[in-house]
This record gives sequence, C-alpha cells and structure tokens, in this order.
Amino acid sequence: MSDRPIRVLIAKPGLDGHDRGAKVIARALRDAGMEVVYTGLRQTAEMIVNAAVQEDVDAVGLSVLSGAHMHYFREVAALLDARGADDVLLFGGGIVPDQDLPALEELGVARVFTPGTSTHDVVAYLRETVPERRRSHEAS
Amino acid sequence: MNQRRPSSTSGGVPDAAAADAEATADTSASPVPGPRYERWWRDTYSPLLERRGAREALFRTLSDIEVAPLYTDEHLAGWDPEERLGYPGEFPYTRGVHASGYRGKLWTMRMFAGFGTPEATNGRFKALLDAGQTGLSTAFDLPTLMGYDSDHPMSKGEVGKCGVAVSSLADMEVLFDGIDPEAVTTSMTINSPANAIWAMYLAMAQRRGADLAKVGGTIQNDILKEFIAQKEYIFPPAPSVKLVVDTFEWGPKEVPRWNVVSVSGYHIREAGSTAVQELAFTLADGIHYVRRALERGLDVDEFAPRISFFFNVHNDFFEEIAKFRAARRIWATEMRDVYGARDPRSLMLRTHAQTAGVSLTAQQPLVNMSRVAIQALAGVLGGTNSLHTDAYDEALSLPSEEAALLALRTQQVVAYETGVTNTVDPLAGSYYLEHLTDEMERQARRYFDQIDAIGGVEAAIEEGFFAREIGDASYQQQRETDSNARITVGVNAFRTESAKMPVVLVDPEVVEVQLARLTRVRGERDSAAAEGALARLRSAAVEGHNTMPAFMACAHAYCTLGEQMDVLREVYGVYEEAVAI
Repeated sequence: MSDRPIRVLIAKPGLDGHDRGAKVIARALRDAGMEVVYTGLRQTAEMIVNAAVQEDVDAVGLSVLSGAHMHYFREVAALLDARGADDVLLFGGGIVPDQDLPALEELGVARVFTPGTSTHDVVAYLRETVPERRRSHEAS
Repeated sequence: MNQRRPSSTSGGVPDAAAADAEATADTSASPVPGPRYERWWRDTYSPLLERRGAREALFRTLSDIEVAPLYTDEHLAGWDPEERLGYPGEFPYTRGVHASGYRGKLWTMRMFAGFGTPEATNGRFKALLDAGQTGLSTAFDLPTLMGYDSDHPMSKGEVGKCGVAVSSLADMEVLFDGIDPEAVTTSMTINSPANAIWAMYLAMAQRRGADLAKVGGTIQNDILKEFIAQKEYIFPPAPSVKLVVDTFEWGPKEVPRWNVVSVSGYHIREAGSTAVQELAFTLADGIHYVRRALERGLDVDEFAPRISFFFNVHNDFFEEIAKFRAARRIWATEMRDVYGARDPRSLMLRTHAQTAGVSLTAQQPLVNMSRVAIQALAGVLGGTNSLHTDAYDEALSLPSEEAALLALRTQQVVAYETGVTNTVDPLAGSYYLEHLTDEMERQARRYFDQIDAIGGVEAAIEEGFFAREIGDASYQQQRETDSNARITVGVNAFRTESAKMPVVLVDPEVVEVQLARLTRVRGERDSAAAEGALARLRSAAVEGHNTMPAFMACAHAYCTLGEQMDVLREVYGVYEEAVAI
C-alpha cells in the first residue's frame, strides 16, 4: 500500500485571494511526483475537509497569509477529527508568527512552513512523514 | 514558459537559448550591435573572459531579459531622443509628467495603514500625519474588501486582521474623525465594493460641511487586476467593469479632484509576475477601461485625466526605473494616437508606487530596510508621483509603528539627503537604461497583441491567460531560488540565526466593537430611508443606469456595505474562477 503516490490537498481557506504560495507549492509537489488536488479560493473548513475525505488524501496543506490562521487551522483540525480523518497529516504555510506555533502544534498541526521555505524542504518533509503515518495507521 | 524569453538579439548577446537557470549569458558567441562594440568584445573582453571566466550568475533581469556585459551608443543605433524621450512635462512623457520633476514638488509620501477598529486606524492616521506624511492611504480588512459586514458568517476570524473594518457610514465617520477631507487627500484600497465605500467617504465629507469640488483622493477601483492577480472580486467581469465605468462618468462631474481608478500592477507583481507582465497587463487593463468608457459615449478628455496608476518597485534597480519610463511613454502614445485624447492631462500617466512586499524576507528582517531603501530610490528615479515604503517587519505580521515610521524616514532620506531630486530624470541617456526601456516597451506591446488576439482583457481573464502567464513566471522564480541560481540574502545564502522579532497583534476586541456599532446603526437609522435607498440601488443595477447616485443615497441612509453588495450579488451574480495550478 505504502508505495502508491502521496496524495495532497492544497487549500486556501477564507476570504484571502493571495494564491501565489499555494499554487507554487502545488506545482512543486506535482513535479515531485505527488498527486495534488488544489481547492481554489474561498474555501470553508467544511469544503476543505469534504474534499480531503472524498479525495482520500494523505495530507492537507492550508495556505493562510491573512493573520486568520488560528481560526482556520482550529476549524479544519476539529472537522478532520469529527469525520474520523485524524490520520490525515495537517500542515500549512504562510505568514504565521513564531509565537503561534506552539498553539498550532497543540491543535494537531504537524508543521508550518513560513516565508522563505524552499519547495525542496516541503517535498522532503512529505516524503518522510507520509509513509511513516501510513505505516503507523496500518499497524493500528 | 519559454515564450516570455525575448527571441531577438537586442540584448547585445545572441539569443541565449542555452541560457537555462544555471548557465551564464557570457558564454555566448560574438556580439551584434556594431563594429566598435565588436572590437572591444574581441580584443579586450573575450581574452579576459577566457583567462578568468565569469561569475556563476544569471546575467538576466528579474523579468528574464538578457543583459549584455556592456551597453554603448551602438546599442541605441537609430534611437532618437527627441522621439523616444522628449522633455519632462511634454509628450511622450518618458522623462516625467512634471516639467520641474521633484524641484517643484516632491512625490507624495503616502503610507498604507489600517488594522483593527476604525478607532485604532484613526489613531495611526493622525500619528502618520504628525510625522510629516502628506497623504493618507487606507487598508481595509478582507470582509470589507469582499463586501461582507463584520457580523457576516464569512467574516469570522478575519475582522480587522489585515486592514480596518468598515461596514457603514458610521465606521467611516470614526475612521476620519478629526481629519479634514478638504486638506488631506485620501487613497482607499478598495475594489469590488469601491462605489459603496467611496460614497461612504464622500457622505462623511458632506456631513462635515466639505465641498466635494475640493475633496481629493483616489479609489483603487481596479477590478481587472483582481481577476488577474489578487482575486478579491465579487461579481463577474462585465458588471464589475460596468461599476467602474459608472465612477468614470459620475466622478469627474461631481468630485473633480478625485482619481476614480488606480490601475494597479502592484498586485500582479506580488502574485509572481515579471516586471514586463506587470507593465503589460496593467496598461492593458487601463486601456480596457478607456475602451469601455468610450463605448458608453463618454468624452475621453473628461475622464482620462482622473485615471491614475499604481506600480510595484522590486529589486532589479534599472529594470524598475525602465518600467516607469516605458509605462508613461506607452500610455501617452496609446491615448493620443489610438483613443484620440487631446488634453495633455489625458496623456500623462500619474502613478503611485510601493516597494515590493514579496521581496521582503522573514529571515534577518532588518535587511529588508536596505531592500526598501534601494527600491524607494528606484521608484524616485523612475519618476513616481507618490510612494509607499514597506516596513521591514511585514513578512512577519502587520507593521509595527516603529518600523512604519522608519520606512517613512527612508523616503525622507531619499528626498532630502541624496540629491537625486535636484535635476529631472537624471538617468536619461544611459545606454543600458534606454535599451531596457525600449525592450520593455517592445515586450509589453507583444503582450497587447496576444491579449487582443484572445479577444481583449475580459476574454483573456475567462480563458485563464493571465493566471497561466503569472503562474509560470512565479514558479520559474521559485525554482531559481530553490536551486540557488538566484540569491536572496538571508534565505538561500548568507544565513544566520534571526533574532526573534516582536509581532503586532490585532486587539481581539475589534469584533465586539464592530458588532456593537452595526447593531446600533441598524437600530437607530431611518429604516424606510434605508430600504428606499437599497431599492433605488437595485433598480439602477437592473435597468443599467449609473449606480453612483444610488450608492450616495445608501451611504447617507446608513445602509451597510453587506446590504448593498447583497443587492448587487442578486442582480449581477457572483463570479468563480476556474481552478488551475
């Protein structure tokens, strides 16, 4: 099972339309051989989690630059839990101050990539983390 | 992606088809421009290059224009300064729209500000005016930009986060409390709901006894670049452009000192475009508004003087200066020769500029001060009429007051200490700069042809042309950074552990303050007047009349922004773009 391609949902929650980062990451992951679903703009937490479940993705990446990251990560994490999709890796990127990182970690956000991140780092992170998650999920 | 690359050899280096991300342009064969340049290349340059080699670097501008090792008069063969440059304050305005450059009047130092409640932003405005700023610029929060009141479910988590929340005239009255609308010009970064927000500002001014003939300012009101880049649109392109043309028709008559649009390349660049794309798409947008206004039967010389522009100033110093000069020349030429403008003010491209937010780094944020200073200098040497300088902490959070003040001080150093303001357009005649200016114009015109071939800007939006072009460019830039072909100091080179920066957070009470004021407004206003004004807006929209008188009535009746936009959502529908990566 673990050799099927990594499937990732890249999502833009909320009202913000700044999608350069989301699109660049989506393309970089696709070019690295992953299967990438990009939600487009103005997604509610429900829409994002529905897409994650329907598409059976390994990971959901939220791109938030508007300062509303705590709100959206909290909602998406809670809904993933509620839908029994807590094995999905939740990560993100955007303008997120360091001081918010511990609270995000508590919500179950595995990793936040801040400005200046190389796309190589995101690819490497998912290649390392997703197979581990699959193994531990299949074992449990 | 490769079609963006210039195919000619006008860069002085033969078409470097082999110039992929890692190669250096200097490895190419013999040059073209002329015998003297060729002699230098053969006798002096090549032997040195063979002995020592060139640095491992991309000798290309940020827009991927090949850069030759040297520019000479031979690169400008046939170039006529009378035709290409003219004189400052005269057609084609390459050297600037003011005959006296910055000797008569410096650019307007206009810092973009807005966060949290109208009360908090009003305090920041007053502090900026006290610090010597000469105009105001308002940042609205995302709910306001998207036409939602602060208490709408979609606003949850976003109220006051990246700008100030304005849901009705009551908020506008607080926002500009104690600021004289006849004395201070105000720019408002608002697009899809621009008509409604402008009407609220004007209603506020009228209630203070101001004469609208004396009230000056700018609404961004550039919906096309929202579809192209920033994506804060509500309605489909056609009715959206109709709302813009309403302001072209109404504004010059009623508020003659107001710029009814700020055609914006800034956001196109921030979305990852090249400088050439920014130049081309912005001017194409401006021309599209002109065409639509002419179709309505408006007189070009009545509205065109109130069209203003807004460009980015990024890191590539000469390319940025060239961009401003090319923009003025293209606009003047198009307006005179294609659209029949006769009033010189219709031909003058007046522009605001902002240093490139996208160039700021979260790593070693103090280094951003250097970037901003250099970008500000480029904007000034490009002849901008107004400038915002970014604060060094903006890649981390909203700017702190100290960082915003330092950014303003940076402009003041350029203005008062560097001496670049002493003479008009001091770089004119530079072989490299004039070559770049011509090259950018040539590439921009090639984009105009492509857009026209698709059927115009609206058709190109719906077809996904702009999204594709910008997406390719931004991905290429990211790959060049990831592979270290392009260096960003502190990010992929010269890294050190950054000191932790204090971060500005928005007071969470903003939501309560906004909800309380909305409840009070809805409870205390004359509800019959409010309903009447909304009905008037609906009928203007349905029947295709100019909507501005109805927006003014709505503002005075304290209709909320969300109520007004809901009326138009029903009449016009909402737009969703096709998803593509």
